[in-house]
Amino acid sequence: MTGSTAAPVRTPSDHVVRRALRNPTVVVSGLVLLLVVAAAVLAPLLAPHSPTEAVLDDVLAPPSADHPLGGDSAGRDVLSRLLWGARTSLLAGLIAIVTAVVVGVPAGLVAGYRSGRFDAVAGWVASVLLAVPGIVALLVVVSAFGTAMPPSMIALGVLLSPAFFRLTRSTVVNVRAELYVDAARVAGISPVSIVFRHILSVVATPIIIQASLSAGVAIIVQAGLAFLGIGDSLAPSWGAMVNDAYRSNIEAPLLTLWPGLAIGITVAALALLGSGLSDVVNRTDAVQSPRRSRRLAAEAAAEVAAAPKVEARTSDEATLVVEDLHVQYSRQDGTRAEVVKGVSFHVDRGECLGIVGESGSGKSQTAFSVLGLLPPEAVRVAGAIRLRELDLLSLGERSLNHIRSSRLAYVPQDPMSNLDPAYTIGAQMVETIRAHERLSRRAATQRARALLERVLIVDPDKALGSYPHEISGGMAQRVLIAMAISCSPDVLIADEPTTALDVTVQQEVLDLLRELQRDLDLALVIVTHNLGVVADICDRVAVMKDGRLVETRDVFDLSAAPQHPYTRELLGSTLSNVAPRTRIGQGSPSTATTEA
Amino acid sequence: MPVTTKAPLLEVHELRVEYPRAGFRRGSFVAIDSMSVRVPAGTTLGVVGESGSGKSTLGRAILGLAPITHGGVIFDGREITHADARTRRALSADLQVVFQDPYSSLNPAMTIEAILAEPLVAAGTSRAAARARLTELLDIVGLPADSLARLPREFSGGQRQRIAIARAMAREPKLVVCDEAVSALDLSTQARVLDLLLDIQAQTGVAYLFITHDLDVVRHVSDEVVVVNRGAIVERGPAAQVVTNPTDPYTRRLVEASPIADPVAQRARRAARHPT
Repeated sequence: MTGSTAAPVRTPSDHVVRRALRNPTVVVSGLVLLLVVAAAVLAPLLAPHSPTEAVLDDVLAPPSADHPLGGDSAGRDVLSRLLWGARTSLLAGLIAIVTAVVVGVPAGLVAGYRSGRFDAVAGWVASVLLAVPGIVALLVVVSAFGTAMPPSMIALGVLLSPAFFRLTRSTVVNVRAELYVDAARVAGISPVSIVFRHILSVVATPIIIQASLSAGVAIIVQAGLAFLGIGDSLAPSWGAMVNDAYRSNIEAPLLTLWPGLAIGITVAALALLGSGLSDVVNRTDAVQSPRRSRRLAAEAAAEVAAAPKVEARTSDEATLVVEDLHVQYSRQDGTRAEVVKGVSFHVDRGECLGIVGESGSGKSQTAFSVLGLLPPEAVRVAGAIRLRELDLLSLGERSLNHIRSSRLAYVPQDPMSNLDPAYTIGAQMVETIRAHERLSRRAATQRARALLERVLIVDPDKALGSYPHEISGGMAQRVLIAMAISCSPDVLIADEPTTALDVTVQQEVLDLLRELQRDLDLALVIVTHNLGVVADICDRVAVMKDGRLVETRDVFDLSAAPQHPYTRELLGSTLSNVAPRTRIGQGSPSTATTEA
Repeated sequence: MPVTTKAPLLEVHELRVEYPRAGFRRGSFVAIDSMSVRVPAGTTLGVVGESGSGKSTLGRAILGLAPITHGGVIFDGREITHADARTRRALSADLQVVFQDPYSSLNPAMTIEAILAEPLVAAGTSRAAARARLTELLDIVGLPADSLARLPREFSGGQRQRIAIARAMAREPKLVVCDEAVSALDLSTQARVLDLLLDIQAQTGVAYLFITHDLDVVRHVSDEVVVVNRGAIVERGPAAQVVTNPTDPYTRRLVEASPIADPVAQRARRAARHPT
């Protein structure tokens, strides 16, 4: 929830093209390709000789002023043939790619958008094409249509098209599920416009990347065919040049080098351009080095230490004490965003503290920093975090892990994503139990069974053998609660434990948490945005806004007489005390300013 | 219920929606069965239920986004059960939608201007007229006038939902399907968006089919309410009656399970549930 506050803000100028121009791989490989294209286009001007003019004196001639790269076995100028050969290779790549895109992309668009029968048939065709041995198919085409380059490259394009078909189809299937496509359909936008306006733009990028990679493949295949002697032996091409050079390998070994280099550099540039572009598109923000994180933490610590101290009121018997907690995220541009600004609270045994606030208030960040589970780019500074006599701030990662598994437990918001879909519930519970207790597998299974009974799962044996997708969200949350209490913790921190659940299931989970808290004498911290949940289970409430605690009070006092204006606003936003179909807020609703 | 002699704006009769299961000859999954609802012009019908109850499917079927296998939908006197693309296009002037997730319901690559102008341009509105209407729309939903050139990611969740509402209202529809339209919003934002929806209704006489899991929200916005469970309607009636005095056992369970923000009342309720 609040994690989103940490994401670096992207400005519109931070566009894909701009990012691509900042990526060295893209720039260098792009420049190399530009050079190759320029050489091909300008070959008539650049080439010192005709590529087909054979001069007997120049047979296997060494490099000279007139022939910078020498002559080949028929006395033709190697440099001229290399320049003209670029035309053949690039044209071959282009023909193959255009064919593959023309065949694959529209079929993929239709199959992905319409699904149904066309999708099934097109899928079969794509699978058959993938199963055809490429070189055999090409040889058949050559024997049927002659040795000219275009037919074989068109055939190659058809053979490459399944990759484009599948890529397009899977992208379209994903985009089609987006609500904005549904909204466009409801708005009466025709399917053709929807595909062009909303879908093609998303498909275009992966297609360009795929095309760049496939063009390299096509150039290699064409060179291979020409090397085998399939193709017009008179027309200059890099493959034919390798063939020619290979035959006079002993007399003029350098002759293989030039076309080999040309093929290698061009194909490598295409491949690098493709992977560079895909890096740019699927950009993952670079993770900060631990060293940089430590430096930032030290800086932040110094800053906080310099700030005037907040007197934290803590009771002596408090189980968990947090004093003057700050959490900062460093942004790309070097500045820092503080999402938790000096929060202090305590929880006692047998007590439930609710931390409430809206999204971006820092409530989840507060919970995560107590657990020591902040992402690496976050910087945590606190006056103190104590679990009874233990100073959690002074603990290393290892001892903290031990504390987390034995005395400080956590129940997450989304139960399903916190269970591994590949393992049964039983296997995951046994692993957790055995991680911090020396128990035999059998004893751990017994223990898991007892825990599931404890969280009121009706058929614990069946649950132990189930995979996460086979159980409901409510049951998954019970399993996670069972795992959390498996080591009889002192403190249980639950982050929006019922937000993903239906109300009837929410009620059962809250009842369970309350019962466990009473029986195990837990200190319970519930992070929530739901005032109903607070009213149901909490003894005290801490209200957060913009990273600060604005008010911490007994739940009944807070509800009866909220003191801070924000608390009043929050309570005033509930619908239970408003007459139906009347305005909730004062003034005009046409002011979205406070929502930003 | 307002007594009307003429036909309601929307009449859904014995609707069934079935999705074919993946795989050969696997039969189909019935999402909703024999659902009948009526929405008179200018009123709000609340549809409340838990996840998987079929409440969203009802809205999607009315909008032509779910396969109807039985029953019919009559909107504004027109039979639209299996309307083709052309009819749907004509219909889109009067029938609109606001979805739950303000993040995925706006195309991230389009500016607010392009998003809002799309339905107008599709309807053949001239560029100048569309532009004037956009300014008007921004004013209605309370967004700054300089929003047009910006991208969805520059707006908060509540602001995005205002943009989605503006898009739905662009052609002054007669009915808007609100599918969990305020569920993803913070409490104070939710309150302001609900106020906005009620204000627009008061000014334009638009009717809402308001789909939600939240009993407080449904009680607040609806004239009539239907309660949906496992693909069927289990209870219907005036909002206040259904929410405060339910007769169906499932509705009662739903009402009792929804916690209220007042701790005194909530604990009294809890004590009543667990007499020990």
